[in-house]
Amino acid sequence: MEMLRALTYGPLVEMWEYPIFLAEVALNGLLTGVMYSLVALGFVLIFKASGVFNFAQGVMVLFSALSLVGLMEHGVPVWAALVLTVVIMVVLAMVIERVMLRPLVNQDPIILFMSTIGLTFFLEGFGETIWGSNVKRLDVGIPDAPLDIGGVLVSTFDLWAAAIGATMVVVLAIFFQKTPIGRALRAVADDHQAALSVGIPLRTIWVVVWSVAGMVALVAGIMWGSKSGVQFSLSLIALKALPVLILGGFTSVPGAIIGGLIIGVGEKVAEVYWGPAVGGAIENWFAYVLALLFLLFRPQGLFGERIIERV
Amino acid sequence: MLYREAGLFKTTYTADQALFPIPLDRYFVLAVLAVAFLVVPLVANEYWLQAVLIPFLVFSMAALGLNLLTGYAGQISLGTGGFMAVGAYMTYKIATGFPDLPIVVAFLLSGLCAAAVGVLFGIPSLRIKGFYLAVATLAAQFFLSWMFNKVPWFYNYSPSGTVTAPPRTLLGITVTGPEASAEVRYLLALTLVAVLALAAKNLVRGRVGRGWMAIRDMDIAAEIIGFRPYRTKLLAFAVSSFYCGVAGAMSLFLWLGSAETEAFSINVSFQVLFMVIIGGLGSILGSFLGAAFITLVPVFLTNAPQLVGLSMPVDLQKHIELMIFGGLIVFFLIVEPHGLARLWQIAKEKLRRWPFPY
Repeated sequence: MEMLRALTYGPLVEMWEYPIFLAEVALNGLLTGVMYSLVALGFVLIFKASGVFNFAQGVMVLFSALSLVGLMEHGVPVWAALVLTVVIMVVLAMVIERVMLRPLVNQDPIILFMSTIGLTFFLEGFGETIWGSNVKRLDVGIPDAPLDIGGVLVSTFDLWAAAIGATMVVVLAIFFQKTPIGRALRAVADDHQAALSVGIPLRTIWVVVWSVAGMVALVAGIMWGSKSGVQFSLSLIALKALPVLILGGFTSVPGAIIGGLIIGVGEKVAEVYWGPAVGGAIENWFAYVLALLFLLFRPQGLFGERIIERV
Repeated sequence: MLYREAGLFKTTYTADQALFPIPLDRYFVLAVLAVAFLVVPLVANEYWLQAVLIPFLVFSMAALGLNLLTGYAGQISLGTGGFMAVGAYMTYKIATGFPDLPIVVAFLLSGLCAAAVGVLFGIPSLRIKGFYLAVATLAAQFFLSWMFNKVPWFYNYSPSGTVTAPPRTLLGITVTGPEASAEVRYLLALTLVAVLALAAKNLVRGRVGRGWMAIRDMDIAAEIIGFRPYRTKLLAFAVSSFYCGVAGAMSLFLWLGSAETEAFSINVSFQVLFMVIIGGLGSILGSFLGAAFITLVPVFLTNAPQLVGLSMPVDLQKHIELMIFGGLIVFFLIVEPHGLARLWQIAKEKLRRWPFPY
C-alpha cells in the first residue's frame, strides 16, 4: 500500500505541500535542460545541413574540452586557448569532411551514422592519447556561488550557463536567418540538389556546418567541463541528448531547446519524487521513455518536419 | 571454372528447393562445419577457445539476430544489449529455479522471454521509423539494464548483484559453471549457432523473410500488396530478440561464467550493430564475417605490439587501439559500404570466370 502510494499520487501531494522545493527541483531541471539543449543543438545543425546523424557530437564535446584544458595546462592564457581550440575544431571539421564525408557521399543514412560512431572511437582515443585520460579541472572564470531568488536557491553558474545558451541560440538564429552563409545552409538543408543547382558549394557548406557544430560542442564542453570536470564520461552526454533530439525533432533548433527543457525538468522531477519508490537512478531511462511517449503521438517529434511518404 | 551455378541438372523439386542448391556451396558449408566440430577442439588451446572462438560464436548469434531485424526487416535497433541481458538473466532464473531442466531448454525458454520483451519494445516501430526508432530502442537498452540492476529478484538477491552460471550437465558432461572445460562449452555454443543459423537461413528465404524484405524496401508498398506491417514488424522483433536472448544466455553460461548488467551495456549494442554493418546488411554469412572481424581486431591489436617487440604503457595502448579500431571502421565503410559479404560475392564472381576473365 505504502509502495503504491509512493508510486502514484504520494509525490503529487508532496509537490502540493512544498511548492518551494518543487520549484527548486524544476529550476534545477530547467538549467540541466539548457545544458542538454547545447549538446542537442550540435546534432540538429549537422542533421539539418547534411542529413548525417552525428553520433560523434558527444565526443566532440569531450575533445574540445580536452583540447582547451590541455592548452591551458601548458600555460596558454584562457582567451588564446579558446581561439586555438576553435581553430582546432575548424581543422577537425575540414579533416572530417575530406577524409570521411566526401568518400561517403550518397551512401545510406545508416552507413553515415555508423561512420560517425567509428569517428567517436577514433576521437576518443585520439583526444586521450594527446591530452591524457585523467580527470581535469576546467576553470574559465565563470563565477559559481549560491543565489537566493524568492526563497529558491540557484547557482550563479547555472544562470550563466542559461544566459550563454540563450545567447548562442540568438546568435545562431541571426547567423541562419541574416547572413549569406546561413541562407546557403538553409537552402542545403531544404534540398541538396536544388542548392547545388543554384551554385551553392556543398563541400564548403559541410565544413562550415561541422565547424559551427564544433564550436557549439566547445561551448557545451566548457559548461559541462567546468561543472563536472573534463573526463571521458563527458562524451556520454551524447546519450542524454538523444531523447532531447527525438522529442524536439531532428530538424528543429527550437525543438532542441524546448525538448532539452522538457527532458531536463521531467527527469529531475521523476528522479526526486518517484525515483526513491523504485530504487533510484531512473534518470538514465526516464528521458527515453518520456520521449517515446511523445513520439507515439507525434512520430516526427514536437517540431520536426512532417514526414510525408510517397509510394 | 572453379565455382559455377550453371550446368546443374535438377530432377526433383526437393533438389531445386534445397537450402544450398549449388553442390559446391553445400560441400563448403559441410567442410566448414566438419572442421569447426572435429578439428578445432583438438587443435585450439584454452586461450584461443576462451578469448576468441567462444566470443566469436556468441557475437555471431547476436549479429544474426540483429541482422534479421535490421538487415532483413529494415528496423534499426540499438537495444541488442538489453535483449541479450533478458536472455542471460532469464536463463539464470530458470536454471536456478528448475535445476533438473536440461540447460538447452533453459536457453530456448529464455530466448522466448527475450522475444516477448522484444515484441513489447517493438510496438513503437509501427509508428516510428528510421533514426527515431533507433533512438527509441535505446529506451529498451537503458530500461532493461536498469531493471536487472535494481530488481534483486533477477539476481536471486545475491549481495554483489552479479549472476553466476551454476554447474549443469548435458548427457552426463558438465557444460556450464567453472568446472566445464572450454572445449565442451565451445562445442555446445557451436551446435546452437549452427542449428539456429540454418534455421535463420531457412526463414529468410520463405514467406516470412520475403515479408520482412518487402517491409524493409518500402513499407507502404508492402502493405498495399498485402503484408500486414504490424504483424511482420513485430514478428521480426520477436525472432530477432529470440536470437539475441539465446546469445545473451550463451555469453553468460558458456563464455563469461558470471556477469553483471555492465556486460550487456550499450557498447555491446553498438558492437553488434557494427558487426552487422561491416559484415553486410541482409546476409546470414555477413553476420559471421562481421562478428569475426569485430572480435578478432581487438585481439589482434592487443597482441600486435608484443609481436613486433614494442612496449608501451597500458592506457596509451588502449587509446591507440581505440583509434585504430575507429579508423578501421570508417575505412571499411568507405571501401565497401555493403560489407564483407559483398566482398565474398565479388570473389565468387571472380572464381566463376577464372582463369578466363573478360
